[in-house]
Amino acid sequence: MQSHEFEHAFGRREFLKLAGAAGLSWLTPLAQLLSQQAEKQKQPAKSLIVLWLQGGPSQLETFDPHPGKSIGGDTRAIATRAKNIQIAEGLPLLAEQMQHISLVRSLVSKEGDHERGTYFVKTGFRPDPTAVHPAIGAVLCKELPVGKTEIPRHVSILPGQWPARGGFLGAEYDAFKTYDPINKVPDTVARVPAERDRQRVEDLKVVEAAFARGRRRQTQPAVVQGQLEAARTMMTSEQLKAFDVMLEPERTRKSYGDTPFGRGCLAARRLIEVGVRCVEVTLDGWDSHVDNARIHRDQNVILDAAFAALIRDLEERKLLDRTVVLCAGEFGRTPRINPAGGRDHWPTGFSCALAGGGIRGGLAIGSTDPDGGPPREEEARQVQDVHATILKSFGLEYDKLRQTPIGRTARLTGRPIDDLLS
Amino acid sequence: MWKKNLFFIALVVAGGLALAGNLFPRPERELDIPFAAADVQKQDFRDVVERVDASFRQQWSAEGLERAPRADELTMARRLSLGLTGTVPSLEEIRQLEAYQGPEKIQWYLNRLLHDRRYADYVGERLARAYVGTEDGPFLVYRRRRFVTWLSDQVMLNTPYDQIAQQLIAADGLWTDHPSTNFITVTIEQGEKNRPKPERLAGQVSRAFLGIRLDCAQCHDHPLYGDAIKWKQMDFHGLAAFFGQTRQGFTGIHDEKGQEYEMEKRRGSDKQAVEPAVPFFPELLPEAGNRRERLAAWVTHRDNTYFAEAIVNRMWAVLTGRPLVEPIDDIDSVETDPGTVRRREAGRHKLKILAADFVENGHDLRRLIKLMVATEVYQLASTSPRELTEQEWVKHEQAWAVFPLSPLRPEQAVGALLQAASLQTIDSESHILVRIATALGTNEFVKRYGDSGRDEFDPHTGTIPQRLLLMNGNIVKEKTKDSILNASTRIAMLAPDDATAVETAYLVVLTRRPTPEEASHFAQRLAGKMNNARQRALEDLYWTLINSSEFALNH
Repeated sequence: MQSHEFEHAFGRREFLKLAGAAGLSWLTPLAQLLSQQAEKQKQPAKSLIVLWLQGGPSQLETFDPHPGKSIGGDTRAIATRAKNIQIAEGLPLLAEQMQHISLVRSLVSKEGDHERGTYFVKTGFRPDPTAVHPAIGAVLCKELPVGKTEIPRHVSILPGQWPARGGFLGAEYDAFKTYDPINKVPDTVARVPAERDRQRVEDLKVVEAAFARGRRRQTQPAVVQGQLEAARTMMTSEQLKAFDVMLEPERTRKSYGDTPFGRGCLAARRLIEVGVRCVEVTLDGWDSHVDNARIHRDQNVILDAAFAALIRDLEERKLLDRTVVLCAGEFGRTPRINPAGGRDHWPTGFSCALAGGGIRGGLAIGSTDPDGGPPREEEARQVQDVHATILKSFGLEYDKLRQTPIGRTARLTGRPIDDLLS
Repeated sequence: MWKKNLFFIALVVAGGLALAGNLFPRPERELDIPFAAADVQKQDFRDVVERVDASFRQQWSAEGLERAPRADELTMARRLSLGLTGTVPSLEEIRQLEAYQGPEKIQWYLNRLLHDRRYADYVGERLARAYVGTEDGPFLVYRRRRFVTWLSDQVMLNTPYDQIAQQLIAADGLWTDHPSTNFITVTIEQGEKNRPKPERLAGQVSRAFLGIRLDCAQCHDHPLYGDAIKWKQMDFHGLAAFFGQTRQGFTGIHDEKGQEYEMEKRRGSDKQAVEPAVPFFPELLPEAGNRRERLAAWVTHRDNTYFAEAIVNRMWAVLTGRPLVEPIDDIDSVETDPGTVRRREAGRHKLKILAADFVENGHDLRRLIKLMVATEVYQLASTSPRELTEQEWVKHEQAWAVFPLSPLRPEQAVGALLQAASLQTIDSESHILVRIATALGTNEFVKRYGDSGRDEFDPHTGTIPQRLLLMNGNIVKEKTKDSILNASTRIAMLAPDDATAVETAYLVVLTRRPTPEEASHFAQRLAGKMNNARQRALEDLYWTLINSSEFALNH
């Protein structure tokens, strides 16, 4: 039997050799053309939405449950639309969208402090006294053109203690902070009627003219005036309405959930539609050193509705292919449950979720030890690998060398996760 | 029954008194701050000033530059108040300045500020940022507030600066009782067995006290390119080793003998023990004392020129918005561009003159500030009477032939705003409610205005949220609206005529008088307006002045 098969295989090879020699190799350029065509179809991502889970969500109660194991607590798992992937039972709506979402379960970081961990996951660099690194949203705004966007392109909705910053790229790349979208965007409405406002701006010209006398033309006053004009453009722009979620039909608003975070996610979708490059929406309260199960039960209700609605909404509007969604916190939580029923900080094997922007969905990258040990070395993923993956999906040079103000260079040391980008 | 009536009457009287106290300005306080003009006229003082002035003049003539004219006294008062107290002169202070007939008017004004608690608080905060940044740090073992208060106390007492540095580096004790130890505890990371991180401390000490950036040498000899290797890896780790025995325990920070500092030469390689060693001037390192005491003595040694030059550079930047040598924490960096090299050498020349006097006179911060303010360069205008090209402007500014413009820091912007909204000086003598409101308003404003943290002398360009905040923000509205507590309203009500109203607004917000064009334009806007219309007009004027680029700049 075997020798027969062997002969057969040998025969096929013989045939192919002959075929190659006969010039069927013209098939190769055709194949090349076809693959190039396929690549062209895959456009780079245009926008990034970061769902920031401040406090450090437990991977065991969200994306990486271990039901039946002692580390798993009482958390049960549910099947999802993604093959062979289960998530915690508190996220049923998200389970319906998992075919679009991939999980990285073997993230490792050495930063177990809230501030430092947040810095690391938001920038891809560990905190460093010689430079303040920019958040990934700031990098995107720097590298990608402004286009017709009249409002800030880097936004942070419901910012926590450490919102995304421009770092050494400059304060103009700091995320614009705004709060529950049910309220107006702060400081964007003139406090006086239009006529008085117009008068004031006329008066301002008189004061500026007096100050400009005897001074350099191209200098701080010019910059300040430029910023003033940009601010006034923003105030009167139609795009400002993107912040106002009350303009959406009630059904849509209900699907995201009647919570600030839910509204923030809906606002994020609206904002990327008018050209905002990166929106960070923060859900605080995951730091469950005490009563871990109850906290995650309550938090998951909020996260589930909003995250699932966002993915479904982006997909329906055909925006998902050009929009990357990252859901992460600064670290995970300990496999061991402490005496107060809580879990403590655990940066050695935590999860994040990625979707959209050409990133493949429905995959689980890496795994954690069911007995609570660290991930296997060959499976471990660095935080900066996630950054590299996202930057590559935008078609950017993810390891670009950047100059910091002190002259030192900064280069992301992560490698893109190929399985997610093929 | 009658007791209740008495109580009620007492309440009404108390309320009335409080209201009266608020509405009617209290009489001018007697200023009992001694000022001896002779101090700044002594020969040794004048010598230093003249040598610094001569150095600048030499530089200008070599580069063919003509210096700007002298600034007027109000401009200088604004610079001093902003730089040293984080706010603008109040109307009271302006009146007092203009009324002063004695000698050395600018030094007299400076002297008052140097004895004001606001100076100690503000400069204390600036120094704290240089030492420990603005991070919240490890909550359990670090109290930034206490640290800053301790620093402010030292500034108020004019503690010699070398003693302050020694306290920061070498003190033992709990971070609560001995607040200077927060300099050490800020580097403790969670999960690191409560051990202060020697690498971070080496970086902190070298940048804040010596004005050099050794951090890059943690992982490799620095710089990577070019022939001149400035710092070797062992320079960094030798310095870090001085903190290798420092531990945090029940009695707080202390040094434990027998511990060793170990470094990783390259990521993943074996650790090797490193002996404490200083990167230069090894002859200045004493034998006696524990590791940190020896390091403190070496850092603050009178012959360790880096120490004095670093603080002189920093105080110059606090006063003027730009350091003499840039970057502020890397005075000695290797430069290749000849223009940059020339500029740095010129800056270092002045640094050395001031630093030598600083060491000679007991590391006296107040004296240092007085010297700097007495220089010709500090008192130059930021305008030029001649037409200059863009390139010429750059050359003039870099050589200090014209005073540089710099953006206000967030605390300065809100400080100026709050002071401008009050006709009285807001200081430690102010009513407690005023101070509380000031503190609350400050925090909210600073949060939205944006805070650059440690990197304070980067020429940042201003941001859209800042503009929005000043144009439409709550605090501006609150401080300019029609209210008896607001200066704009009081000016509208009390100024005898339109011209005086405009002039007072300009003095309080921009610390200058209006030009003839401005005066006539705004007098017209006020003309004939009474009561509410008048108050609205003043509110508009205030809004305009606050939103001018002039308001947001130090000039």
